[in-house]
Amino acid sequence: MKMITAIIRGERLDEVREALVAAGISRITVSRCTGHGRAVEAGLYRGQETVPNLTPRVRLDIAVNDEFMEITIDTVQRAARTTEAGSIGDGKIFVTELLLCVRISDGERGGGAI
Amino acid sequence: MNGEVDAGTTAWMLVSTALVLLMIPGLAMFYGGLVRTKNVLGTMMHSFVPLAIIGVLWPVVGYALTFGEGILGGVIGWNSDYFLLMGIDTTVTNGVPEYVLAMFQGKFAIITPALISGAIAERVYLRGYSLFIVLWFLFVYAPLCHWVWGPGGWLLERGLIDLAGGTVIHVSAGFSALAAALFLGRRKGYPDTAMLPNNLVMTMMGAGLLWVGWFGFNAGSTVQSGMDTARALTMTQISAASGALTWLIIEALEFRRATALGFVSGILAGLVAITPAAGVVHPAGALVLGAISSGACYLALKAKARLGYDDSLDCFGIHGVGSGLGVLLLVFFIRSEWRAAAGTDWTVTGQLVTQIIGVATTIVLATVGTLLICLLVEKTVGFRLSDREEKAGLDHVVHGETGYGLMNLN
Repeated sequence: MKMITAIIRGERLDEVREALVAAGISRITVSRCTGHGRAVEAGLYRGQETVPNLTPRVRLDIAVNDEFMEITIDTVQRAARTTEAGSIGDGKIFVTELLLCVRISDGERGGGAI
Repeated sequence: MNGEVDAGTTAWMLVSTALVLLMIPGLAMFYGGLVRTKNVLGTMMHSFVPLAIIGVLWPVVGYALTFGEGILGGVIGWNSDYFLLMGIDTTVTNGVPEYVLAMFQGKFAIITPALISGAIAERVYLRGYSLFIVLWFLFVYAPLCHWVWGPGGWLLERGLIDLAGGTVIHVSAGFSALAAALFLGRRKGYPDTAMLPNNLVMTMMGAGLLWVGWFGFNAGSTVQSGMDTARALTMTQISAASGALTWLIIEALEFRRATALGFVSGILAGLVAITPAAGVVHPAGALVLGAISSGACYLALKAKARLGYDDSLDCFGIHGVGSGLGVLLLVFFIRSEWRAAAGTDWTVTGQLVTQIIGVATTIVLATVGTLLICLLVEKTVGFRLSDREEKAGLDHVVHGETGYGLMNLN
């Protein structure tokens, strides 16, 4: 099992979510997050271009069985891009080993619980 | 001057008093939305606290010091009848119970120090700020108000045109704001770190309330319910709209974007410019004054970024600059009937000199007075937060509260 963590632009969330559902991946967790990336996005406040210290993004946590790893990565990468070639600030995908998954309602453990 | 109560005028003055009071929560929302999340309550308190402090000081001595007859060679007013408002229980002035006039004027005394808080936001103790506004009210506002509006005030006698407080309120607050901001120094991290508004929605709503309240501010200052009132209200509306539209156009030309904060900044620029002028200019004058003020305030905010002083929420950049221009430029837009009534010896140049004297006096008193008061406050109760406290934020350090409970899980 793998835990796939994707940091994407907020405005790409709908596309990413719909693409994941279309690819058969429907168990996702979404949260707001902020951080430093390569992107610099200025806001305009009283005539001053201002770059915030931390840039807002959306974080997806997707637990998958091993055979879904590549398709999840592909889907997120494709849907989260803002242009054909992608642009700075579109986000990142991290994959980590997932030791265990437990469904709270019935206590099932392992890949079946995902 | 005792007489019959004029129900119509009294009713309008009561409404105006309430409208000016409405500007306090409006200002609190305007300023509160512009600071960082950790300072939202502390900043809103800076607007609200004068309601209590000046609200008490005003009936005790404030009304006597401003609207009493001149003493000490006209430096300040005094009327023992006005001490604790004891002698006006049955007084009627120009058809209006004097209580109403005293309360109407008292609201101006409340909002003026609150305006200054915008320049020193996010870095002062409430105790220091409280002492500051008491001293500022007594030594800057009270004499200036007496000179411009009090019986026998020397600027009034000299013919200074200032309907609703271009000098008394906005120029004095604006230049005091600049002096206090320079005295206290920049916020930690400014201008290298972005200090973004926590809630521009609240700022927009606050600006809306200010616009509404300004009708009481300007049209109420005619102290009647008639032609002058109608004129003042009309000019106020026109100038605010003109100011807002101008700011939008400037941003569209420069950035190809129109911002909400820019829009409300333009509203304020238009309103502060027409405040001294609303009683004497015609609609075309109001249009031009609003537009010029908006452009000048825009440039002033640009200059702030270049000069590097930290007028946190642009009290000087908008109130000082916009209203200062309004006080001076109004002479070029005065209605011909007004000029005719003023007599043949009235000239634009002569009036401009008077207006310049009014503004210059205000600037000197506000700047010197504020610097001395700041020094006194810093040396006694303390004015500027320590580095550690500034980092933690006013809400936690001063109030032990949190503005937004959104992150609480219970």
